[in-house]
Amino acid sequence: MKVRISDDAVALACGADAVAAAFLAAGAEVERVSSWGMQWLEPLVEIDGIGYGPVSTDQVPSILDGTAETIGRIEDHPFIARQTRLTFARAGKTRPLSLDDYAAAGGWDGLNKAREAGQAAILETVLQSGLRGRGGAGFPAGIKWKTVSDAAGDRKYIVCNADEGDSGTFADRMVMEGDPFMLIEGMAIAGLAVGANKGFVYIRSEYPHAVAKMEAAIKLSAHIVAPFELEVRVGAGAYVCGEETSLLNSLEGKRGEVRAKPPLPAHKGLFGCPTVINNVLTLAAVPWILSNGAEAYAAFGMGRSKGTMPIQLAGNIKHGGLFETAFGITLGQLVNDIGGGSETGQPVRAVQVGGPLGAYHPPSQFDLPFEYEAFAAADGLIGHGGIVVFDDSVNMARQARFALEFCAIESCGKCTPCRLGATRGVETLDRIIAGENVEANLALIADLSETMKFGSLCALGGFTPYPVMSAIKHFPDDFR
Amino acid sequence: MRTISDIILLHREREGPLLPILHDVQAEHGHVSDSAIREIAEALNLTRAEVHGVVSFYHDFTKNPESRPVIKLCRAEACQARGVEALIPLANSQSRVKVEAIYCLGLCSVGPAALVGKDVVARLDAAKFSALIEAVA
Repeated sequence: MKVRISDDAVALACGADAVAAAFLAAGAEVERVSSWGMQWLEPLVEIDGIGYGPVSTDQVPSILDGTAETIGRIEDHPFIARQTRLTFARAGKTRPLSLDDYAAAGGWDGLNKAREAGQAAILETVLQSGLRGRGGAGFPAGIKWKTVSDAAGDRKYIVCNADEGDSGTFADRMVMEGDPFMLIEGMAIAGLAVGANKGFVYIRSEYPHAVAKMEAAIKLSAHIVAPFELEVRVGAGAYVCGEETSLLNSLEGKRGEVRAKPPLPAHKGLFGCPTVINNVLTLAAVPWILSNGAEAYAAFGMGRSKGTMPIQLAGNIKHGGLFETAFGITLGQLVNDIGGGSETGQPVRAVQVGGPLGAYHPPSQFDLPFEYEAFAAADGLIGHGGIVVFDDSVNMARQARFALEFCAIESCGKCTPCRLGATRGVETLDRIIAGENVEANLALIADLSETMKFGSLCALGGFTPYPVMSAIKHFPDDFR
Repeated sequence: MRTISDIILLHREREGPLLPILHDVQAEHGHVSDSAIREIAEALNLTRAEVHGVVSFYHDFTKNPESRPVIKLCRAEACQARGVEALIPLANSQSRVKVEAIYCLGLCSVGPAALVGKDVVARLDAAKFSALIEAVA
């Protein structure tokens, strides 16, 4: 009997190692696999396709003698059955560092096809797939790659932005910890497409397990992706380094200050060379696209948002975890039908979509379809696909203050609207919370937000007004 | 424990060696001292001001050693939504362990979460958090 238990960070944080040890002590064979993404059930134990969770060590005997309560077949569980898993097709099924498992589950097929197709055909396929940057900005990946391909230079780089700092997001972490070869394959294909032989994966230091898995996977697969070479670099606790130009400075060993654009990284990126810099999910989507074709990928989604998005359900939610689906599902379906509402059982009052720089949405906006343009039209953003649910105990004036406080802590200091605006914003919100000249101070916040939005160099200062202004707009009573 | 010059030698041929050097110095020496900054600056042909600027920019690097054990507690939005702020009085009521704020461990559906060394813990409540403080103190 083979017992399968995840070894990703969520499973470990919930006690998976102790559960695995208890199974081993009871004489069972244990296999450590990637996570299915049903995080409320971690540690999740799978035996012959049947799931048990969340499992504690004292339940091990009853699971082994068949008397424990099960959640049924994992693949048939509504949370899994309702998904369209392209990027996360292997989640829960393979051992993260097994080259055999990866190859047996379709791994390297995209890279092999890319090698046969050649540079121009790879670029055309990625362009036609409609794949847009999954880090938040949504820029078409094919156009970025074509720009780097056309740029003059004998040295070019592929940089993977794995500085997943947005609260409520963990899809990048799950890719790196659960299916690292997929990311390596995507980067190698990008290298072929633009003529780059060297890649860096910049991973935040808050993800020690992802760092370890990626380093091991790079060593194990070096002979497969050669002559393309990869190296992991570890961030140092600066949120702003998720911004691409700041990340490049950090990779070069400098302060992670934002660079003014132009020049674009595609023309002058890492060490002044043409550079593709993409998010983990963007690069991880590429092997599937090369393997199955651009049309198959573009058949998913709606409007100009093609393909699937790994959405992350987080915060005070009953069924938290990773839900990959085609663009177009509504926010309400995600929070209530799939997420099951709040974990505390209290009414959901607000959800923040897209990380610390994303807007807060009230339930009256739950009919919004999850895609780039619809959220932009509603003064929000989907960002990296994180959804953080708050119940009715939340105080939205406090959340607006936190957004500005976070911006003040993490500002790189390069531009004035962000560096000074965030701090003055916190002070002004403190006055509002204390009830001083509320209307006049709210007008000041609106004015400050305008300045930050249009005057900041990057999204940190530029998007902090989203959570602040959405909180004021949709939850006015909390400010008065 | 490797010396500063051993660590420099290990990384100096890499592209952009400063952050890998500082990470190793911080991990093995517990901080990045002024004398370490001087040695690194000289080896990489940078000014001390440049190295100091990098050290002071990143939250992970510190100029002074911390003698107490450290718990990095996530205080970002998803953990706020799951009640992390209720744990703060507990953190402040003791001084044997340094409880530092960190912004997101990617454990956003099972928070409040914390990082101790390279170990992660989740689903913290007052009882589990107290036990964690006792365990590391």
